[in-house]
Amino acid sequence: MSSTTQSSRREADIPRWLLIAATYTIVGIMLILPPVLVVAEALRNGFGTALTTLADPDALSAIRLTVTMTLASVVINTVFGVLAAWLIAKYRFPLRGVLTALIEMPVSVSPVVAGLVWLLLFGTQGWWGQALDRIGVHIAFAPPGILLATLFVTFPFVARTLLPLMEQQGRDDEDAAMLLGASFWQILWQVTLPNVRWALLSGVLLTTARAMGEFGAVSVVSGHIPGLTETMPLHIETLYNGYQSVAAFSMATLLAAMAMATVGLRSFFEARARNAVIRGQDA
Amino acid sequence: MSVRIETLVRRAPGAAEKVLLRGVSLDVPDGGFVALVGPSGAGKTTLLRSIAGLDAPESGHVIIDGRAVEGLAPRERNVGFVFQNYALFRHMTVAKNISFGLDVLPRRKRPSKNDIAARVTELLTLIQLPDLSQAYPERLSGGQRQRVALARALATGPRLLLLDEPFGALDPVVRRTVRAWIRSLHDQLGLTTILVTHDQEEALDVADRVVVMQDGQIVQDADPQTLEQEPATPFVMEFLGESLRFEGQVSAGRFVPNQMNVEAFSVAGLVDGPATAMIRPHEACLENTGADTTVHRIGARYGMARLSVDLGTRMVEILRPETEAATLPAAGVSLVIKEARLFRDGKLAWAGGLAEDRPAHDMAAQI
Repeated sequence: MSSTTQSSRREADIPRWLLIAATYTIVGIMLILPPVLVVAEALRNGFGTALTTLADPDALSAIRLTVTMTLASVVINTVFGVLAAWLIAKYRFPLRGVLTALIEMPVSVSPVVAGLVWLLLFGTQGWWGQALDRIGVHIAFAPPGILLATLFVTFPFVARTLLPLMEQQGRDDEDAAMLLGASFWQILWQVTLPNVRWALLSGVLLTTARAMGEFGAVSVVSGHIPGLTETMPLHIETLYNGYQSVAAFSMATLLAAMAMATVGLRSFFEARARNAVIRGQDA
Repeated sequence: MSVRIETLVRRAPGAAEKVLLRGVSLDVPDGGFVALVGPSGAGKTTLLRSIAGLDAPESGHVIIDGRAVEGLAPRERNVGFVFQNYALFRHMTVAKNISFGLDVLPRRKRPSKNDIAARVTELLTLIQLPDLSQAYPERLSGGQRQRVALARALATGPRLLLLDEPFGALDPVVRRTVRAWIRSLHDQLGLTTILVTHDQEEALDVADRVVVMQDGQIVQDADPQTLEQEPATPFVMEFLGESLRFEGQVSAGRFVPNQMNVEAFSVAGLVDGPATAMIRPHEACLENTGADTTVHRIGARYGMARLSVDLGTRMVEILRPETEAATLPAAGVSLVIKEARLFRDGKLAWAGGLAEDRPAHDMAAQI
């Protein structure tokens, strides 16, 4: 190779290195710095103080509510997500395209709007609010409202992770199982779900991360009642607005740690899912 | 198990104007090996799926063993089905794949664990893969997957076997082996087999009867020999193999091709009028007549030389024995048709050889 091409290659390297340096700088400022600062703020008065703030009854209530709401939304949306993906991927029916678009909708609609919709329906001034209130059912400003808001926001994730894989795998496996005598439930449990298990796990974890962190929609429907309808993100805001910054950042650290653990697990399973896709293609 | 199809009609879902099956009727006797062939879109897979119950026709009947099966779910029809891509369960071992049909039986009908294991071993021996019971499908070669798929389909003891393009994904050498093996399995187990393929050679090699489909209809349903000798339409003739086509006129018992430098031949008994003659590449020879033509050798197949003949206005390719090709002149020949089928109005009108009116020694002397 001649020296001119070598030097021109070195010249071409300069923009590449600039790009890499710029990327790392941006990632450092935008992505690494914030969590580091959050943790630093939380530990400003020592680890013990941070832990004590988490033992506060309102803080514990917020953690409990977040965990409960997250678990409930994950279970419900996993069932619905599997159902929706199965239906769209394996069957042809009228308005199938519309359904696919609808499932995507919560991703693009602002969570605040989603929260407002539930208030419009179940709030004290809402369509069904008063009637439900009379029979003692409280949805707005109560955990059921928080659940509805979280469900709406996290609805697409399981379905969206499953759809491409299910569509690519087609219906032959299910048809084969059906011809071999398997019932609907046997096909679902022994053929369809095992075929998409890694993608399903990935979708479930994405739902978990999103459900834990949801602020906008929940903020609108919950009414911010400390100890009753405050989830972790809402409680963090309340604490911060009340100048309890150590408590706010301690809770923020916990929430961030939970989310990161979920995301970490998810990228692990995502790699498995990708391999499954590749295997699916050559099978 | 006999299968009888009565005037099956099926339209494409969501596109009513596209008809997949236009009133198809077919009879497959118990123990028969029938191949459904045709270009893609002919409706052969739809027909096969209708028999299995995977596809619901708008009208018509599917009768398996004298029983109409319209109301029966696929699993109640007890048919073995092998998919084009095998559809093996990728997260199950070979043994689990094979035993699936037994494992999903309700408890009171399900054989004991030991019986199932014995059946799997028996099937693994039958498919000649006794050591692969614990392997996962992704580790298997195409031919092995195909045999596992077959074992899985046979595990519950169906008497009717439906194969959808079962050799499509195999390389040519494996194809021929698997093909012969499936045929022997069919005979050995006394199955009734319906095979869908787009490969006409495969169909002619393996099946007792070949059903040629085109555009949602059956064009011809006959044994391989009849198909070869008396194809019902020019489409069947073309679909079953390489062919040459000559338009022409019948007059006074002779077919006179429009193409120059192709000799007329006798077609006794056929009334006068336009007709189309079709031949296979080996059914014509060359005669030295001093015509303005040239011949090139371009290849070889089955011990025959492939010759390209420039007839002046058209090039044709024919096959001649090597010994004969070696002595041919490079120019000045005419094409002499020795065997042909004549079609009129899209239907077979005449089929026959011409050896009787041209003594062999006569031709040899002219070459």
